[in-house]
Amino acid sequence: MLEAVLSRLGLPGYESGAQQQVYGVIGEFATPEDLLRAIRTARAAGYTQMEAYSPFPIHGVDEALGAPRSPLGRIVIVFGLLGLSAAVLLQWWTGAVDYKLIIAGKPLFAFEPSVPIMFELSVLLSAFATVLGLFHLTRLPTYYHPLFNYSRHAAASNDRFLLAIEARDPKFRAEEAKLFLDSCGSLHTEVVEA
Amino acid sequence: MADLAIDPRMELNPPLVQGGMTYSDVTDKISSIVEGKAPKRWYIGMAVAVPLALLLFACLGYLVATGIGVWGNNSPVGWGWDITNFVWWIGIGHAGTLISAILFLFRQKWRTSINRAAEAMTLFAVACAAIYPLFHTGRPWRAAYWLFPLPNEYLHMWQNFRSPLMWDVFAVSTYGTVSALFWFVGLIPDLATLRDRATTPLRKKIYGLLSLGWRGSATQWRHYELAYLLLAGLSTPLVLSVHSIVSFDFATSLLPGWHTTIFPPYFVAGAVFSGFAMVVTLMTLARWIYGLENLITMKHLENMCKVMLATGMIVGFAYGTEFFIAWYSANQYERFIFLNRAFGPYWWAYWSMIACNVVAPQFFWFQRFRTSIPAMFILSIFINIGMWFERFVIIATSLHRDFLPSSWGYFRPTWVDIGTYVGTIGLFLTLFLLFLRFLPAIAISEVKGVLHQQVSAGQAAPVHGGSH
Repeated sequence: MLEAVLSRLGLPGYESGAQQQVYGVIGEFATPEDLLRAIRTARAAGYTQMEAYSPFPIHGVDEALGAPRSPLGRIVIVFGLLGLSAAVLLQWWTGAVDYKLIIAGKPLFAFEPSVPIMFELSVLLSAFATVLGLFHLTRLPTYYHPLFNYSRHAAASNDRFLLAIEARDPKFRAEEAKLFLDSCGSLHTEVVEA
Repeated sequence: MADLAIDPRMELNPPLVQGGMTYSDVTDKISSIVEGKAPKRWYIGMAVAVPLALLLFACLGYLVATGIGVWGNNSPVGWGWDITNFVWWIGIGHAGTLISAILFLFRQKWRTSINRAAEAMTLFAVACAAIYPLFHTGRPWRAAYWLFPLPNEYLHMWQNFRSPLMWDVFAVSTYGTVSALFWFVGLIPDLATLRDRATTPLRKKIYGLLSLGWRGSATQWRHYELAYLLLAGLSTPLVLSVHSIVSFDFATSLLPGWHTTIFPPYFVAGAVFSGFAMVVTLMTLARWIYGLENLITMKHLENMCKVMLATGMIVGFAYGTEFFIAWYSANQYERFIFLNRAFGPYWWAYWSMIACNVVAPQFFWFQRFRTSIPAMFILSIFINIGMWFERFVIIATSLHRDFLPSSWGYFRPTWVDIGTYVGTIGLFLTLFLLFLRFLPAIAISEVKGVLHQQVSAGQAAPVHGGSH
């Protein structure tokens, strides 16, 4: 169990057993527009398993990569409603069932004074679901990733835009993909180990 | 690059990132604050802030050891500086959320260089605010049983959820938690940038751990952008609810001067007003310490001055409405409390409030004042003071003369009251200076996003010798 968690986090010494030796080929581009052009060219050439890395989100990359919409919204609404129900149950059960205390002749449970806490708990659980859902969908925290084997990976958080053609792509041949990215105008192309 | 001087659009809409900065210039400039040595001005700031923060801990220690009688609260003024300071600090936090969430939803790009610091300000302000109700219990280590519905063998009962004080507990703790989550999610990509730039193993380890292994992949950004939008969408009604609920603490009572339906919008406008004043105070200081003129431009500051003018007018209008309604209600107690507010023993507090909150922001009608750093710094301090007086006036004047003249009194703060208040300002400034020093104070990835849009619109050149 612990081993599984540690390997999931990708901590040193607990990397999950690599199924393949090569992660893929990564090319580097100077502008978001160059990156988008390269992605479109690669899709046209038949590559399907690609990932882009950039210092800020780029409009149009998801469409170019053919990525599906994020399901985060659906996760959040479920937890928001859960928070709402929890607030109703909490206020009704503590005030009108478990410990009945008449204060200022007010009803033990009523809709109106319950609204603020219903709202707050809905927001609280939605926010937690947003962040934990984000962590789940983006696999954070993961402290090991093949990207970090790319010699210029730090550029992806500074001013460069990377495109990886992954080894799991059925069309993937390392040398071929490297030449392909070079032909797309990559400034620096490398075959990256997994 | 087009000549900016002759483009008429530039006159009306100067670029948000100035000085022809490239993507890596943005990274370098913001990271250098964290990576380089702290300037002398930072140490000057810490030398002022840290002793005051220590004073706070001394006062709180004395309070816990002695009892809450060391504060000036007593009959008839049972709520004194503690709740005044609580409401003041919570209000200050509101500008941070407004900038990070509401302006985000309205696609106000100018928020980008100031949102990170404003969110940090929110967190620290909420922390300062939380000190007051917590220590007002006198036994803060037991407060969780009184404040939260935790089953326990100690009280054998539940909280009264029909009380606005209970709503307040949920509102403020939700607000603090959601603000912290929003802030941290915003920080992750920038922490990854700092990790990738780190030169020492310790830095690499700390920023590496905090950035959670962020890579900036398209998959991550796709979920991230939606998460950010959702958090902004959740924070927007949340921030409006928090000060509304704080105002319910007063509005649901039957006390003249408090029992009024205008309170929620009036409190929210006042919160935004005071919060923007604090953002301007802190931003002018941060610019002075670190020279961030190209990122926190005059346009940012001028926009904030305009927000202060607008919210200041709303607050001024609310003051007038309160008086009109007091007269129009034909209720003698209501009329008395308002006349007493302006002309009674607390007249000095009332007119300080009017001078700072209604008169001072009028200077912002003039561009000369909106674009002068010394002027906006001084006016923002005035507004901070005025908003403190507003809360004090509402609380003290309604309490000190109740229905029985035999029990009238006058609130006087003790040295512990004053020390605790000044101390929270010290704690706030200490935390803010530490934040400036160790975390990216400006959202690096967001500024680059704005820069990219400028580039697409042909306003600036982001890459030295790019591929085309």
